[in-house]
Amino acid sequence: MYPENLRYTGEHEWIRVEGGSGVVGITHFAQDALGDVVYVELPETGRVVKAGEAFGAVESVKSVSDLYSPVGGTVTGVNAELAGRPELVNQDPYGEGWMIVIELADPGEADGLLSARAYQELLKEG
Amino acid sequence: MQYIPNTEADRQKMLADIGAASVEDLFADIPAFLRLTRELDLPPALSEMELVGHMTALAQAPPTCFLGGGCYDHFIPAVVDALVSRSEFYTAYTPYQPEISQGTLTAIYEFQTMIAELTGLDAANASMYDGASALAEAAVMAVRKTGRTRVAVAESVHPEYRRVLATYLAPRRVELVQLPYEGGITAAAAVDGTAAVLVQQPNFFGCLEDVGQLAGLARAAGALFIVSCDPVSLAVLKPPGAYGADIACGEGQSLGLPMSFGGPGLGFLAVRESLVRHLPGRMAGATVDNRGRRAFVLTMQAREQHIRREKAGSNICSNHALCALAATVHLSALGPAGLARVASLCAAKAAYASAAVNGVPGFRAAFAAPFFKEFVVKSDYPWEKVRCGLSRHNLAAGPELSRFYPELAGHFLVAVTEKRTRAEIDRLKTALREVASC
Amino acid sequence: MLSQGPVPLIFEMGAPGRRAFSLPGGDVPEAVLPAGLRRETPPRLPEVSEGELVRHFTTLSNLNFGVDTGFYPLGSCTMKYNPKVFEVVARLPGLSGLHPYLPEELAQGALRIIHELERYLAEIAGLARVTMQPAAGAHGELVGVLLIRAYHESRGNPRQKILIPDSAHGTNPATAAMAGYEVVTLPSDARGGIDVGALEKAMDDTVAGLMLTNPNTLGLFDENIDVITGLVHGKGGLLYYDGANANAVMGYSRPGDMGFDVVHFNLHKTFATPHGGGGPGAGPVAVTAELAPYLPVPLVDFDGESYRLNYDLPRSIGRVRSFYGNFGVLVKAYAYIRSMGAAGLKQAAGDAVLNANYVMRHLQEYFDLPFDRACKHEFVLSGKRQKEKNGVRTLDMAKRLMDYGFHPPTVYFPLIVEEAMMIEPTETESKETLDRFIGACAAVANEARDEPEKVHGAPHTTPFGRMDETRAARQPDLRWR
Repeated sequence: MYPENLRYTGEHEWIRVEGGSGVVGITHFAQDALGDVVYVELPETGRVVKAGEAFGAVESVKSVSDLYSPVGGTVTGVNAELAGRPELVNQDPYGEGWMIVIELADPGEADGLLSARAYQELLKEG
Repeated sequence: MQYIPNTEADRQKMLADIGAASVEDLFADIPAFLRLTRELDLPPALSEMELVGHMTALAQAPPTCFLGGGCYDHFIPAVVDALVSRSEFYTAYTPYQPEISQGTLTAIYEFQTMIAELTGLDAANASMYDGASALAEAAVMAVRKTGRTRVAVAESVHPEYRRVLATYLAPRRVELVQLPYEGGITAAAAVDGTAAVLVQQPNFFGCLEDVGQLAGLARAAGALFIVSCDPVSLAVLKPPGAYGADIACGEGQSLGLPMSFGGPGLGFLAVRESLVRHLPGRMAGATVDNRGRRAFVLTMQAREQHIRREKAGSNICSNHALCALAATVHLSALGPAGLARVASLCAAKAAYASAAVNGVPGFRAAFAAPFFKEFVVKSDYPWEKVRCGLSRHNLAAGPELSRFYPELAGHFLVAVTEKRTRAEIDRLKTALREVASC
Repeated sequence: MLSQGPVPLIFEMGAPGRRAFSLPGGDVPEAVLPAGLRRETPPRLPEVSEGELVRHFTTLSNLNFGVDTGFYPLGSCTMKYNPKVFEVVARLPGLSGLHPYLPEELAQGALRIIHELERYLAEIAGLARVTMQPAAGAHGELVGVLLIRAYHESRGNPRQKILIPDSAHGTNPATAAMAGYEVVTLPSDARGGIDVGALEKAMDDTVAGLMLTNPNTLGLFDENIDVITGLVHGKGGLLYYDGANANAVMGYSRPGDMGFDVVHFNLHKTFATPHGGGGPGAGPVAVTAELAPYLPVPLVDFDGESYRLNYDLPRSIGRVRSFYGNFGVLVKAYAYIRSMGAAGLKQAAGDAVLNANYVMRHLQEYFDLPFDRACKHEFVLSGKRQKEKNGVRTLDMAKRLMDYGFHPPTVYFPLIVEEAMMIEPTETESKETLDRFIGACAAVANEARDEPEKVHGAPHTTPFGRMDETRAARQPDLRWR
């Protein structure tokens, strides 16, 4: 449910840092709370985002949630597959349901995010 | 009161049932000093018979109509009113419960299809309030899409539409750049850095713009090209999608709606595929029900105010569903051949009228540009004199244009729909001749 | 008879060359449009006979549920009966056939209707002047907030924020944003009103105004209204009254007397004009004398002899639509007020409130009632009990009510009540209808407890079953091809 190799935010995004870049998506908890995802609004590559800034939105039939960037940096990739298959966010939130790749402005920034355990603690607190 | 079923006995039973002494008791939470201690100052109630009498007295048979400027006296087949008068349609609310709203939803889907077909674009929404607010919402879409803060609008766009545009854009601090006209059509101008270029086809003067050239200007500037158009004209004129428009919008009153002193009309709004998610307002989409049958629902609702609240692109909640239904029935009745025939008749009669007016001393067509169903007449006489002269023959034309364009004093519009006969047009000529000779 | 087979679209009917129109031949020579601007391929519109056309839309109408079909207790929408005579008078050719640019002397009756309706609505609101231009409630809200903005701008600063309670309609925050304001949400207190402490804290000179529905979307009158208006006015802010719920108070209390500066009415709710399947409605906006100079142009003035359009408002916010508003709707609302008179309007509000309280008191046995106090014209129940104990959601119960022949109430609104069901009976329903509805709700509550599967799968007897809304949103199919 919450892979150990990822870092998490209180807004239910995850990031997987690989070198100077991070892959970002939403957690199992988030996709489950949203229900069937019907559309993912993603930024264009090249956009510079700050940590905590909204970079897009994810829509289910009757709700919409902003997507917040876990870290600061430049968007270098977006998951184009989601345009036609938004259900990937539900089916495989940590794999094919990824959303964007960010080139980290500060490679150490992700270390300050929640671990899998800390995130699960947060969920328990509700 | 025939609309309130409760009798005094019903009320007493219900009050006793819920343990309240009186209806007034149920209003105890309104502080006494805020309660109205007198009756509202309104005229006495009328019986149905008296009401009909009163309203009939207020109704005033209109003159033969050569008035234009965004509202037109087109013929409405009887079938339109017969069907929109079915109260299963007109007494329903917004189709939020699709299982018992397939009538409205299917009609909206058909309407969207017809608007997309007419405009040559990919998708349309379920309708807007009117042509003016549709244009303003289109401009807001462009501003949100491009992130730019200037919008260029042709001065030949309906002046009231431009006023609405200004009202909608002002709180967003968007600068509105007006593109001047020459000889009745928009002159090429710089539109660099704008979110959108807005034109009207046929324009407010009735003239046909060089939309291909204007589309090129917009494209070169990276701006969206937005065209407000007359849906009747689209039966014979090139559709906006074919000459590069990104958004087409307009007033649909010409599609089976009475003029009704200017409203309710029908705004339509159609876009290219890439802009579908940015459309404001309702949309019906096809799906299936749990019994496997094709059906329709309001869809992509996460764009809208009831879900997105302050982040929604627009606050629009309703549409003009019943007017859209009328347009759908009207377009179905006319079909491609009928709509083209209506358009050709308008163009032919307008051309005949223009030639007729041009032959009257002191009156001439103001612009040489080609036109569709209305045209601007330049008169040497004061407007009051012209207006009274027309009234004497039970005719009305206009509006007079100096109220919108100070430089066009003595100019007025003449609109000619398929309803006007040659005899009526000849009477217009006679009336103007009398103005000229007295 | 309802079709149980597939319902074809109008595009799937007919045949090339078939037609449902007749037009006269030309009595003038044909005109030639410029070649470069001519359409090359005709639009693909239907080609059907008039009989086919009538059957198609009659079939569609049979798939709809309207107020004329049955009880429609849709909270916040005031689905009252729409009298037939109003349809007749609105279609009088001397009203429906008027062009908006007719010379004023040829449209005196129409102008008089607008002017007199303005006077009536001003009296009902307790305010000075009214614009008829807005085409809908949300459109009226936009006008109202732009007026508030213009008022503050004339004092040198438009201010930055609009306060909105958490129970508000979504249009309120969307409107404030559209008018260039930042939205600050205020919490509700334990009695369902505005948390006055939170208001006091939020209210300062950066706040342009407060938008409030009163009675609010819980159907509750805010008992602290005078404290609230005092707090907002005290810091120079203005008060906006969302008139969505005006049916509860007309003739009993006036927003202007409560201290509101701007009020919009929904003529399609309070004043009995039909909803039309989602419009057209009308959203006139009433204001204090102080705000009148900013109203949209034109207004209709009367000089004792004739009615005229007044465009001379140099400080006007401009326009929000063309012409003068949804005149055809205004005519029906005018006719309603003339039919009801002052006593009739007050009676309507009284019976709307009585009917709501009657239904509420009977249903509180079956569902949770989060705010147990006299309601106004509507009330909000919660399906929390059924969700927790029986796994049946409010949505399921709403759908099940269709099987009993009723339109479901508004569900999942207001957002502050879990599993909300918002019920507004209106004054035009008889006690027998209310009793049958109460019986149906009780039956559904019992089914939720005893036979939850029956409720989960509902509706069973409607022409269509539940829809795959996910599919519709994931692969938007917005037109026939």
